[in-house]
Amino acid sequence: MLTILFDGIAYGMLLFVLACGLAVTLGLMNFVNLAHGAFAMAGGYITVVLVNRLGLPFFAALPLAFLASALLGLLLERTVYVHVYSRGHLEQVLFTIGLVFMAVAAVDYVMGSQQQFVAIPSYLQGQFNFFGIGVGRYRLLIIVICGLLTVALQFTLARTRFGSRLRAAVDDARVARGLGINVNAVFAVTFAFGSGLAGLGGALGAEILGLDPNFPLKFMIYFLIVVTVGGTSSITGPFLASLLLGIGDVAGKYYMPQFGSFVIYTIMIVVLIWRPQGLFARAVAR
Amino acid sequence: MPHASIDKAAARLRAQARWRPLEIAFWLAAVASYFLMPSWHLILAEVAILGLFALSLDLLLGYAGIVSLGHAAFFGFGAYVAGLIAKYGLVTEPVLALVVSGIAAALVGFVTSFLVLRGADLTRLMVTLGVALVLREIANRLAITGGADGLQGITIGPIFGVFPFDIAGHTAYVYSLVVLFVLFLLARRIVHSPFGLSLRSIKGNSLRAAAIGIPVNRRLIAVYTIGAAYAGVAGALLTQTTQFASLSVLDFERSADVLLILIIGGTGYLYGGLVGAILFKLMQDWLANLTPQYWMFWIGLILVLIVVIGRERMTGWWLNFAATARELGRRLIGGRRLASSSTQDPR
Repeated sequence: MLTILFDGIAYGMLLFVLACGLAVTLGLMNFVNLAHGAFAMAGGYITVVLVNRLGLPFFAALPLAFLASALLGLLLERTVYVHVYSRGHLEQVLFTIGLVFMAVAAVDYVMGSQQQFVAIPSYLQGQFNFFGIGVGRYRLLIIVICGLLTVALQFTLARTRFGSRLRAAVDDARVARGLGINVNAVFAVTFAFGSGLAGLGGALGAEILGLDPNFPLKFMIYFLIVVTVGGTSSITGPFLASLLLGIGDVAGKYYMPQFGSFVIYTIMIVVLIWRPQGLFARAVAR
Repeated sequence: MPHASIDKAAARLRAQARWRPLEIAFWLAAVASYFLMPSWHLILAEVAILGLFALSLDLLLGYAGIVSLGHAAFFGFGAYVAGLIAKYGLVTEPVLALVVSGIAAALVGFVTSFLVLRGADLTRLMVTLGVALVLREIANRLAITGGADGLQGITIGPIFGVFPFDIAGHTAYVYSLVVLFVLFLLARRIVHSPFGLSLRSIKGNSLRAAAIGIPVNRRLIAVYTIGAAYAGVAGALLTQTTQFASLSVLDFERSADVLLILIIGGTGYLYGGLVGAILFKLMQDWLANLTPQYWMFWIGLILVLIVVIGRERMTGWWLNFAATARELGRRLIGGRRLASSSTQDPR
């Protein structure tokens, strides 16, 4: 029971790191980025190549996966995404689905369609017993890393100058521009950072979520659930939504395996009917 | 005074509903294709089904402005219903089975339309996507649908008890084409009615539409149900002509494909889905021959290009067909959208 809770928390934390970039881009530019998972996949595959082929240590590969995905995000943001911000949601959806399809096929072409595994060091494998709870070492590591990241993110958003600019831009981009905040630059940095986090999440999650070319499509719905349920106006909303989703999904698959992912889809639809703005969002007048 | 304006509006609607020569030519070409391309009938049947599916999305997207990421839900539901009732011999006559499947999909559409009404674009995307995923998961889990193996052992009786399906798809093509044509006529009637006009006004600005007394929610529920029924019939056609239904009818890719088809052809004048389906199949044939495994890449590239270049310009190059529709649109919107008189060759 507690083991399931523990696994669920680890899963939820992972989802949060994967999806929080999406929450910010959606809240900031009102931009529906269905291709967010592609950056996570990029991070995962970079780690696979670095660790398995080049023999880099796992912990050295993680920051590199972050940096590479962030760079990729920045590059794409500056070159192609900028053209699409002003379009309607339909165009954004088409555009990002197109990107996902391209990413899926390209990865299939380069890396093959089989599932990839990251060779994680032996001291991170296995479980140990902690007051009768089976604690997976790797999952513990995920919780620690993602927990630290969450605290750092919260701190950045709440306490730093950049954070307050970002919050101002999310609240009202026009007024923020009027106050002299370079919203585009804030957005580019945030987009890159969010992509980097997704990449890091993909690198960490390759072991738990499984990594194959269909990753962005498979997890797109999870990211969207996190964002829509959690709302986009804060970082705590998506965080709680991720935890809920992670625990719900793990518990649902454990206790009611015959229903599979059915449980979370239903939860999502119910939440959306009940609170279309998201479970933890304040009503935004827009 | 009000009578005069009503008469004027009615006259305008009637004028829009007039058949244009190009439209007649389009359908004549479709008939001619039966005689001229007998070896293509299997693919043509598929095109007709795709066209019908895209037409159903056009009703939602092009007329009512509902963006759906999960339109395959209704297509797949119709496909499975048609498969199940044929397999268990509930309804053996295909046309009747088609009607039953359409009604079943319409029911699902009616029930889920209430979910779709909530929230704005993003919530709609999520809910439509979620509904499709839930249905796919159900089809995957239930024993009766055969799970991942698909629904096998379907035998479809002859149409009206007279015309059996053949392996070369001759019957299938005629059947699909006739169904498409009948439903197209109905859709044409719908969009050129006051009801269709009110949908366009909702798409333009739902607040103002509500302010002039259009019951926005009821209209949206109605059109969503109709769209679902159309998609269900398209799915049922696919099952009947291929005698098979698999999970792929509910895939996300199918929802994305139908969006692409509609966007290639252009939204909001009914022919977009049909033309898009033809172009899509041609492209698929051509690109899949080049790189069969990576067809998805090219779909993605096309989607990206369409958006970056701009939908209007992209679809502009073949819009000779659409000139009539543009004229119609211009009259409606009052010349706001300047028709870029494109004289480019269709490649």
